[in-house]
Amino acid sequence: MQADFGRFTHAVIRAAPDSLAAQALRSGPAELQVDMEAVRREEEQYVSVLEKTLGLRVVRLEADEELPDCVFVEDPAVVCGNTALITRPGAPSRRKETEALKTALANLDLNIVEMTDESATLDGGDVLFTGREFFVGLSKRTNRRGAEILADTFQDYAVSTVPVLGTLHLKSFCSMAGPGLIAIGSSEAAQKALKTMQQMSDHKYDKLTVPDDLAANCIYMNLPDKGHVLLHCTPEQFPESAKVFEKLKDHMLIPVPNDEKRKVDGCLTCCSVLINKPSKLILTTSLAQISISREGLSTSTMTCSTHQQLGC
Amino acid sequence: MTTEVGSEPEVKKEPEKSSEEAQAEQQQQLAEQPAEPSESEPSAAAEPQPTPTDSTKPDNTDQQENAEAEPSSPPPSSGQKKEKGISRFLPPWLKRQKSHSQVEPKESSSPTDTPNQTLTEKQEEEEKEEEEAEAAEEQVGKAPEEAEKRQEEAGPKEEGEAVSPVVEQPAETKEVKAEVKEEVKAEEVQAENNSVGSVETQPAKEEKEGTSAEKKGEKGGEEVQESSVLSPLKLGKKMKIVVCHVTLLDGTQFPCEVEKRAKGQYLFFKVCEHLNLLEKDYFGLSFKDNADQRCWLDPTKEIKRQIRNSQWQFAFNVKFYPPDPSQLTEDITRYLLCLQLRQDVSSGRLPCSFVTHALLGSYTLQAELGDYDPEEQRLDSIADFQFAPSQTKELEEKVVELHKSHRGMTPAQADVQFLENAKKLSMYGVDLHHAKDSEGVDIMLGVCANGLLIYKDRLRINRFAWPKILKISYKRSNFYIKIRPGEAEQFESTVGFKLPNHRAAKRVWKVCVEHHTFFRLTNPEQPTKSKFLTLGSKFRYSGRTQAQTRQASTLIDRPAPYFERTSSKRISRSLDGAPVISVSDHGHMLDSARTPGSGENGHDPALELSSDSKSKLRVQGENIYVRHSNLMLEDLDKTQEDVLKHQASISELKRSFMEAAPEPRPSQWEKRLTGSPATGLRLQAQGSAEDKLNSEINGQPEVIEVVEETVVIEEVVKAAKPKSSAPEVSVTVASSATEEVPEVKEEEEKSASSDSESEEEAEFHPQSPSDSAHHIQEEPEEEQEQSQKAPPTNAEPQQDAEPETTDKVEAVVNQQKEEDEKTPGEETVVAPEDAPNGHHVQDGEEALTSLGAVAEEEEELEPCVVNGDASHAETERVPQVICCSEPPVVKTEMVTISDTFAAQKTEIATKEVPIVHTETKTITYEAAQLDGTGDGEPGVLMTAQTITSESLCTTTTTHITKTLKGGLSETRIEKRIVITGDSDIDHDQALAQAIKEAKEQHPDMSVTRVVVHKETELAEDDD
Repeated sequence: MQADFGRFTHAVIRAAPDSLAAQALRSGPAELQVDMEAVRREEEQYVSVLEKTLGLRVVRLEADEELPDCVFVEDPAVVCGNTALITRPGAPSRRKETEALKTALANLDLNIVEMTDESATLDGGDVLFTGREFFVGLSKRTNRRGAEILADTFQDYAVSTVPVLGTLHLKSFCSMAGPGLIAIGSSEAAQKALKTMQQMSDHKYDKLTVPDDLAANCIYMNLPDKGHVLLHCTPEQFPESAKVFEKLKDHMLIPVPNDEKRKVDGCLTCCSVLINKPSKLILTTSLAQISISREGLSTSTMTCSTHQQLGC
Repeated sequence: MTTEVGSEPEVKKEPEKSSEEAQAEQQQQLAEQPAEPSESEPSAAAEPQPTPTDSTKPDNTDQQENAEAEPSSPPPSSGQKKEKGISRFLPPWLKRQKSHSQVEPKESSSPTDTPNQTLTEKQEEEEKEEEEAEAAEEQVGKAPEEAEKRQEEAGPKEEGEAVSPVVEQPAETKEVKAEVKEEVKAEEVQAENNSVGSVETQPAKEEKEGTSAEKKGEKGGEEVQESSVLSPLKLGKKMKIVVCHVTLLDGTQFPCEVEKRAKGQYLFFKVCEHLNLLEKDYFGLSFKDNADQRCWLDPTKEIKRQIRNSQWQFAFNVKFYPPDPSQLTEDITRYLLCLQLRQDVSSGRLPCSFVTHALLGSYTLQAELGDYDPEEQRLDSIADFQFAPSQTKELEEKVVELHKSHRGMTPAQADVQFLENAKKLSMYGVDLHHAKDSEGVDIMLGVCANGLLIYKDRLRINRFAWPKILKISYKRSNFYIKIRPGEAEQFESTVGFKLPNHRAAKRVWKVCVEHHTFFRLTNPEQPTKSKFLTLGSKFRYSGRTQAQTRQASTLIDRPAPYFERTSSKRISRSLDGAPVISVSDHGHMLDSARTPGSGENGHDPALELSSDSKSKLRVQGENIYVRHSNLMLEDLDKTQEDVLKHQASISELKRSFMEAAPEPRPSQWEKRLTGSPATGLRLQAQGSAEDKLNSEINGQPEVIEVVEETVVIEEVVKAAKPKSSAPEVSVTVASSATEEVPEVKEEEEKSASSDSESEEEAEFHPQSPSDSAHHIQEEPEEEQEQSQKAPPTNAEPQQDAEPETTDKVEAVVNQQKEEDEKTPGEETVVAPEDAPNGHHVQDGEEALTSLGAVAEEEEELEPCVVNGDASHAETERVPQVICCSEPPVVKTEMVTISDTFAAQKTEIATKEVPIVHTETKTITYEAAQLDGTGDGEPGVLMTAQTITSESLCTTTTTHITKTLKGGLSETRIEKRIVITGDSDIDHDQALAQAIKEAKEQHPDMSVTRVVVHKETELAEDDD
């Protein structure tokens, strides 16, 4: 369980629809204009990091203009190990996002569990998996029943609930930055939630406190050839928080811009579903791109063809 | 002197009176007295009554003996005689116990009527079980029960008596254990219906008394194997045998004959013996009560009383799931744990995902069937295994698929893998209880190694780690935990849960107490604690803690015992000669040899099949080793007994003190004193122990293979100097006292609130180092109070000095002396250690460095040794000069107990352990001396010489120093005696001898301090 925490082979992403700019749900001020061009640029960069830099196999789903928020694939599905829980997103307008995702995940041979209970709601953004247990934020989007179903789905793990106040999701101010390392924002709500999590857990977690709550949302991976990898905010976006991340010496640090989607509450983790699906599928890959980056900034990419298994 | 003497008797009383509990006990006793004048009176009178004259004590004991002995006609005279002979050395309470045991058998056996009555009564009682409050009516005819209860009560009392407030402190470590064991033993004795005099005499008696050959044989075996706890028992002439049916983890039934009044322990040991299990502390016997609720059989209580009308049907189960099974020493233990977990998984009690079901199932197959063999294993046969509550074909296929990947894995390895995966499951080791929260919402209470988990449906909604819990209690059907205030909070809060009924509340409370003790503490808690439980259950976990059992496990030195891995489903197949059917594991050596095709280890499959063959097999080659290990265990046990002895001697010493001249003290004071010091000590001891543990865990494990026991005896002859009680003394005391204060308060609270419902409630204060600190901070005022009180306690040490002169004591119990000394000293010790938790750690570390500290001490010529702290020195007073008017500063003794474990163990494992922690214990005893050190007079060194002599296992280094202090010349002789060796050596004996010799050599001198420093190996443990 803990051993392969952060090990991912696949990423599922979904293109942003044009309707995102105007219709996506947002908790922030509506005046903020979303520049779709910028969104797409960010998206490209995001995918590029996953695919080219990190060598993940990226499954791209088509955008659906009917679903303005569909780019945030994290919310409709929670994948842990070989099991995917198709959630029932808290926002009714997003419920249909699950369909495409379910198909995609089923195609990846995951065991699909669907949340059919009409009284349950759960956004993947409220689910923090630490490698040892789940924390589920009880927010506007996620209720207790949803958390229960998650607990039923992933029975190996303890599922603790954490009240989330003031922010959209639990992961709006925290995420895993390493095995046993929780990145956490500095706001009172974030710190309080962290305390709750620490109290509820039998495990000890280190914390990485960053000045900006949103910056605490980062993506940790532990990849075979690259070791600890951390996708985090850019210095342009959160200069102070970026400095904190830059102190992580053992991590391969990759700043990823996320300025535009942030306007519609999009975080780094929101935009992908990461999956660890060792072997078979990867076997078919004959061409892999391996990139080596140092200090997360200078990246040299070399391409080689291989007939061996990758990953796993 | 007079003042001292006076204080002592009081001290004696104090323990009893001090706590409200004591009062409660008294009341009880009073109630009992009418019912059974002969039995109860003597004991009750002796203890509760603050007999001002110390001389009465010995008399009392004799009277007690007589009184008790008389009523009982059949009791073996031989035993009594022996008792009397030995009685001299035994403390009154010990005798009392004996007498109890004697009496009980009679009552139970001779009057045929009583059994029935008792039965009904028992049933009633059962509900209340250990809860003290008994209606007077119940007591009539309940003799046996009462006796038992009294015994139980005696535990605390004994402590009080024997240890007295001051003395109690040492009790924390050794004494506590000793008492617990004693109780156990005594009870066992009762169970067997044998009147066994003293523990010591038991072996002889055993042999003398003819009992059925079987039983004897069994017992012999037990003793050998279970030596640690079992005391030799005799079989009563009138015993009634009942056949218990125990369902083992592999599903087989183990019928076991037990005497009808046998304790749970007896049966449990029988089962463990049958299983060839040494690491048994993780296990227990359970039974279903009338409400079909699973209950744990209390080893210290009669089986019959616990099961009531239910069948004598039990199940052998894992009681404490080790958080890290890889730390178990033996494969057989892991195997049994696997069996339990397979049950848990397949029954759904331990929920897990499909993948985990498959993985666990595949390891099960690998362990039981060996490598995947397409010929042998078809899916339909796999279906015989139950891997999950609802098993699908898909699951079975997955299991088989995974099974294939385990090729080459030995059964033991497969078990390890199984456990490694199972232990990560979130519900691993969580004991769930239905409850409602304060708002009536259905929740589940999950008791586990780390604390208390609160679930609502399947979601964890809260968690209270043991360190966060200050108190656990139950009242009627409510279960309460008192929570330590958070960083920002000012006050502790209490969380209450509503259980379905009173029994459920009690059950969860018990489980909590047990888990807390087992996983969090290094030693079981003292019965003394009961003082703080004003009324209510005295239940405490009396077995070994995990730390202790781990330590004990390091002593296991036998080749991996042979055992079969047979799934219940597969038994029939073995006859085919199928390699797979029963996989025996001969341990690591054989593992590699194991091949799929070959019959397992060359064992005849047929042999393996029958249960009989099992036992035979076991008997065979391993016998020798078993013996060996048994021996070692026995030694362990011995140490326990030794501890008992020590206690006895201590009490003896006290008695002599008391005899001197009792002085009345303000009773209130006494009460406070008694209660508090003990607590404080205990807290400390635990704290230090824990800290040490932690430090061990966190820090680099030290690899130390040498186990040594070092005894430093300093003889100091000094001219008596007038002592001015230095303010400092009080200060130090104060600090120590602080810890206790909170508890006292709580007591008071309890007593106030709980009077009426005493039966239905009980409290339990998990003690942890931090507690004390916390309290200290919060209640400065109390500190002062305490400090005042504390001084009186100090008076005792002086008395100790007297006892030293008595040869008896010394001869019989040398170490005991030490203990006595320790006890008084402990308080002092507390002072330095108390305040900051950090101190404990330091102590522990000191201990770790082991001899270093002692060595330093020796080298120092100055009187203040050990912690060498000024505080210590300051504390020293002349026994004779005591200001009684005020909380005088009288005390001189200093005891440092850095390690509680060591007390129990005298031996060291010969086994090689890659990483070994060294547990050390340093005990310093200082008699009240006319030592001016505290005053800051360093003295002038006149002469110093060192002599070293060696004998068998002891190395004696003698330092003789003469110093000139304030015009008085003082000759100090320090002897450092290093006793090295393992189980073969009777350390106590050696120590005793050494002390004796020292005395003989210097008749004009007195022993002022004894520092016992024990080092033992401890397997690395972690959490």
